[in-house]
Amino acid sequence: MTIPRGQVVAIMGGSGCGKTTLLRLIGGQLRPQSGSVTVDGQVVHRLSESKLYALRRRMGMLFQFGALFTDLSVFENVAFPMREHTVLPEELIRDLVLMKLNAVGLRGAAQLMPNELSGGMARRVALARSIALDPQLIMYDEPFTGLDPISLSIIGQLIRRLNDALGASSIVVTHDVAASLAIVDYVYFVSEGRIAAEGTPEEIMRSEIPFVKQFVHAEPDGPVPFHYPARDYREQLFRQP
Amino acid sequence: MMTPLSNFFRGVGRRVNDGIWRLGYASRFFLALLLQSGVSFRRFHLTIKEVYFTGVLSLIVILVSGLFVGMVLGLQGYNTLQRYGSSDSLGVLVALALVRELGPVMSGLLFASRAGSAVTAAIGLMKATEQLSAMEMMAINPVSRVVAPRFWGGVIAMPILAALFSAMGILGGYVVGVILIGVDEGAFWSQMQTSVDFREDIVNGVIKSCVFGVLVSLIAVFEGYDSEPTAEGVSNATTRTVVTSSLVILFADFILTALMF
Repeated sequence: MTIPRGQVVAIMGGSGCGKTTLLRLIGGQLRPQSGSVTVDGQVVHRLSESKLYALRRRMGMLFQFGALFTDLSVFENVAFPMREHTVLPEELIRDLVLMKLNAVGLRGAAQLMPNELSGGMARRVALARSIALDPQLIMYDEPFTGLDPISLSIIGQLIRRLNDALGASSIVVTHDVAASLAIVDYVYFVSEGRIAAEGTPEEIMRSEIPFVKQFVHAEPDGPVPFHYPARDYREQLFRQP
Repeated sequence: MMTPLSNFFRGVGRRVNDGIWRLGYASRFFLALLLQSGVSFRRFHLTIKEVYFTGVLSLIVILVSGLFVGMVLGLQGYNTLQRYGSSDSLGVLVALALVRELGPVMSGLLFASRAGSAVTAAIGLMKATEQLSAMEMMAINPVSRVVAPRFWGGVIAMPILAALFSAMGILGGYVVGVILIGVDEGAFWSQMQTSVDFREDIVNGVIKSCVFGVLVSLIAVFEGYDSEPTAEGVSNATTRTVVTSSLVILFADFILTALMF
């Protein structure tokens, strides 16, 4: 699996197939049992702690529910990485934060606390925070989950626009077919820990691979069975030995 | 007959094993915390903020409890002492009981339930909502940014709270003994001054409260950091903080008293 520079790549697959694990491997929060992840020429799990932290400064990650710091205001949340990693003067931090918030359309919400935000707004603030240091690689963990259609398309647009504006690469982990196929350059399908299919959105839409077809057209039964593995139904109901 | 018995022993063995494993894990966590403490002192305002959250916000409960404990000591002490005609020594009794034992121990117990539980819940919830994970991904070590300042905040706050508890207690003893009952004021204070030794009594009390501060803060941050990232996990961790801290304080108090006095 390769993520080329400047592109938005979607990683799709059913719930629990290891998509989030993949992001944690890229971020170095988990170590692979076999295989390796290379980011910008560096093998992630072989890096020393300080090198790993240096690499992470060039990554941004949007967590599923935003993971905003609940004790800090929206402004301070976005300012947090800047305050921790730079010695910029306060006025510059203020301007930068307002620019980042403006990019996600929430400049007016700078003084709100995270508990005053809707789910979609919280995710946009988290997005502003994850691009605070202009990362080269932005990772999105299920950015579309639980959003209304308007917020959903806003987030989709933002992912595309920010990626192109920053000249970054983006990885979008998702199971939302419609929202992601509209914005990405390339798609990987993951199933049972391996790549089941890959291609551009058009190729994926036309794909005849049964698993991909079931997924894209949202069919309840197919290669991915409706039933969780279980004993024989009759046998279980009638309690036969 | 054999199976329940062997299951029992197996269960006991597993618990002992788990306990030892956890103790080892906590020790390694403590070491990592100490190594990551640079930020807490270089950016001291982070620690000061935690002193405010753990210390200043615990003031009310500490001061009020101290006052009442002192008043009870005044009443009980007077009842006993006057039987032997030595009610003039009430000041000594109140002061020694507070400075040596009740001040550090009671404020430690109150500190564990007021501030320790709050610290555990805060760190546990940050973990459950992926805030610690997000911090890691921002290349910020959560142990140095979140855990260590809370630990040192508690360590700094605890001896001060214990001292205030003792001071309020002595005031409570004075109110009951001198003002309400009518013990001689001069005797109350002068006997206290001659009998309470600075090195022997007060410094040892302060050492105790420092030890309790380290223990309670460590347990609180460890339980929070190690909690299961679910609502149930955080609530269990909070309970464990209070129970473990209380037991550890009482046990450590026994050991320290045996060594000191």
